[in-house]
Amino acid sequence: MDVTTGLFYLFSAVLLFAAFRVITARNPVYSALYLVLTFFQASAIWLLLRAEFLAITLVLVYVGAVMVLFLFVVMMLDIDVEGLRQGFWKHFPLAAGVGALIALEMAAVLMGGFRMDGAPRGAALAAAPGASNTLELGKLLYTEYLFPLQVAAVILLVGMIAAIALTLRQRKDSKAIDAGDAVRVKARDRVRIVQMPATRAAEPAPAEAAADAPQPGAKA
Amino acid sequence: MTLSLGHFLTLGAILFALSVIGIFLNRKNLIILLMAIELMLLAVNINFVAFSYYLGDMHGQVFVFFILTVAAAESAIGLALLVLLFRNKATINVDELNALKG
Repeated sequence: MDVTTGLFYLFSAVLLFAAFRVITARNPVYSALYLVLTFFQASAIWLLLRAEFLAITLVLVYVGAVMVLFLFVVMMLDIDVEGLRQGFWKHFPLAAGVGALIALEMAAVLMGGFRMDGAPRGAALAAAPGASNTLELGKLLYTEYLFPLQVAAVILLVGMIAAIALTLRQRKDSKAIDAGDAVRVKARDRVRIVQMPATRAAEPAPAEAAADAPQPGAKA
Repeated sequence: MTLSLGHFLTLGAILFALSVIGIFLNRKNLIILLMAIELMLLAVNINFVAFSYYLGDMHGQVFVFFILTVAAAESAIGLALLVLLFRNKATINVDELNALKG
């Protein structure tokens, strides 16, 4: 039993323990933290499989971004844990049965169907001088998978816009002005120009009033 | 005893089974359900990487790359929906999400 095998069993044991704690922890914060541990162990196992770029991506993207998002949400929400834990173990026998069945069936099929005991073909590629996992992945991504890469970028953009749009909340008492409206406004929306002569003739006085009124010229 | 492909595939199978059990157990807690889905995706990714290494084929790792992308977008939108749900109903209990029950 060489070192790699020992490391594999160590990482696998910690990974499975952490995954078990994720689904059974009482406090969702602990679940999230154990999920972080799970991702770290998976990343170590991927390093054993010579997938260095993906291992680092898993830590950066998952532990750095997604799990922080999870922790943020878990801590932001005021969750009634006890209510959610009611009847937690009620379906455990059924769940354990289904889970054991899935694991045994998959292990039986996979162990029997993919018995490749020879040296892994990826090991020779990784051991070649100047071989770089990132370089190989980049070559594939930017030539053969260029279109899927751009679709992935669009998916991320849509995800970002959707997440922001879903959680955006407009304050009702906000006095903020809409910059677009302010720019688009025309002068005639604000000022009404009335066409009228600058001077106009005085209205002719009624006839009797003119007769009764003393003439200014006669007084003098 | 050296490692074979079966070891990694079995690890993925056990991890997948654990997350299925998690979905059974935490059928009320929406956050843990999302975490169990992440675990399932991780199990699938372990299988992909193992096959990629043992077959000497980089395309498996490219696929894992895209799965990671989609999973990140999925969990971001899922958590946004969760926050929206909590804001409107003040609970994340799946049993109480019966607005469409009629």
